[in-house]
Amino acid sequence: MLRLIPGDPAHLLLGEFASPQEVARIREKFGLDASYPYQYFIYIKHLLEGDMGVSIRSGAPISQEIFVRFLATVELSIAAMIISSFIGIMAGVISSVRKYSMFDYFAMIMALVGVSMPIFWLGLMLMYFFAVKWGILPMMGRFTMGMEYHSITGLVILDSLFSGNLHLFLNSLRHLTLPAFTLATIPMAIIARMTRSSMLEVMSKDYIRTARAKGLSYRTVIFRHALKNAFLPIVTVIGLNFGLLLGGAVLTETIFSWPGLGRYVVDSLSARDYPAVQGCILFFAMIMVIVNLIVDILYFYLDPRLRIDGKG
Amino acid sequence: MEKVDAFAELKKNRTAVAGLILIVCLLILALIGPWISPYNPLVPDPINRLKGPSWTHLFGTDSLGRDILSRVIYGSRISIIIGLIAVSISLLPGTILGLLSGFYGRRVDEPIMRGMDIMLAFPAILLAIFITAILGPSLLNTMIAVGIVYIPHYARIVRSSVLTLKEQLFVQAVRSLGGSNLRIIALHIFPNTISPIIVYATLGMGTAVLQAAALGFLGLGAQPPTPEWGAMLSEGRQYIQNAPHVAAFPGIAIFILVLGFNLFGDGLRDILDPSLR
Repeated sequence: MLRLIPGDPAHLLLGEFASPQEVARIREKFGLDASYPYQYFIYIKHLLEGDMGVSIRSGAPISQEIFVRFLATVELSIAAMIISSFIGIMAGVISSVRKYSMFDYFAMIMALVGVSMPIFWLGLMLMYFFAVKWGILPMMGRFTMGMEYHSITGLVILDSLFSGNLHLFLNSLRHLTLPAFTLATIPMAIIARMTRSSMLEVMSKDYIRTARAKGLSYRTVIFRHALKNAFLPIVTVIGLNFGLLLGGAVLTETIFSWPGLGRYVVDSLSARDYPAVQGCILFFAMIMVIVNLIVDILYFYLDPRLRIDGKG
Repeated sequence: MEKVDAFAELKKNRTAVAGLILIVCLLILALIGPWISPYNPLVPDPINRLKGPSWTHLFGTDSLGRDILSRVIYGSRISIIIGLIAVSISLLPGTILGLLSGFYGRRVDEPIMRGMDIMLAFPAILLAIFITAILGPSLLNTMIAVGIVYIPHYARIVRSSVLTLKEQLFVQAVRSLGGSNLRIIALHIFPNTISPIIVYATLGMGTAVLQAAALGFLGLGAQPPTPEWGAMLSEGRQYIQNAPHVAAFPGIAIFILVLGFNLFGDGLRDILDPSLR
């Protein structure tokens, strides 16, 4: 289907004034002169051998290019997931405990605002206020250009900690703050709403009343009894939100010039780098399948009844 | 009787009323736009480029000196049309697939729903980006892409309603009276699936507007000089350091429209389909 995209990659690579011979040479080199079914067959054959092909733009192996950029996206997505889960769950718990209070109304209005906000606009506004106007946080990139960095895991925050480079750690943390908050907005709102409704359902159960009647402290009842039981739908939502994070990463990475997979997809598409786009599609689908599997495994851990039944 | 009750409940639901007010305001703005917009949204004015908000240009001007308020007003027409067409594109095939899948079961259900699962395996915006890239960047293709992406959502919702409905007594009664499958689906099952469809379509309008604006922001939607909000934001991004108003106002407009649909959809859900809560 990607071959239906208008524009010839060979022309794009060589420019407008390339000779027909040069174009033919590039088309032959990348197998673009073969029929579509044959190209597809060759692609699948290589894929089964773990080879996603080479990027038309850079000539580098795609699996390698995807992996390096994926790590940047992972760093951003995990940070966003931590922020959205922590704030979302806390807001949801407080809202449910103080139902119909000022906090509850405020949190739920903010949740609605969060899901209605275009994150690319929010990102730009955060960038304007925090980076341009107040100069508190950096505008773009993973860390300041020219800083010394040795990749160990590919995650700058972890690598700087492992190498004891506190300066780089703080620098990368500051760079991560704006994109991570931007990306976390929508999942945070969804998690807060789900936590509230799930907690309200659990709080009306008899075992919560029993726990309170036993004289347990309110905090223990909320966090050890209620939240633990309300967690199943929350985990589902967090898992499902991973797709949102990956999708949101395309926009967030574009705004903050974050060198991740989302930006790579957009750049590859505009350069008609078919093999790179194909690789990204497969990679995204694979990640979604793995995340869904992890969520299913977490169910078994969180709900012992599923383990006894042996049913998912 | 039921319709009157639903309308009375709608009036009592503050969320729905707030959402409806926002939508109606923007709808009026879109309808009377050409008469109230102070300037022509497409005519450049190089002398007044990147001017901040003032009494002559309430929302300021963009990089070509065009009045941003006028462009936002005209943009409301485009965004509402995008929402309507995109939702219609997903609604029709989604509903038909959901009806067939739920009613006929296994042999029809399996291929349809596995196909839907494959589409759902990709983050929505990514799938929309791929489809737009294949079709070519344009406003119409944005609507088609956003519409296609959300087909599985409608198919799933309709299917789950049909699965419950087809076991109900009234369906069995029509069947025993000799009603054909087509008659049962069209006259007895479909009318009962309308409530969840209305709720989801209202919420879906907000999502469609957001997704289309995102595609416009990435340069895959409406092309210059069309005053589409996402594309305007994309232009504003280049001037965020010295003219933040270029990006600020189209973003606020997107937010208000999407908030309106979300509030109204939430309210409708409480009234029409409490099971979805």
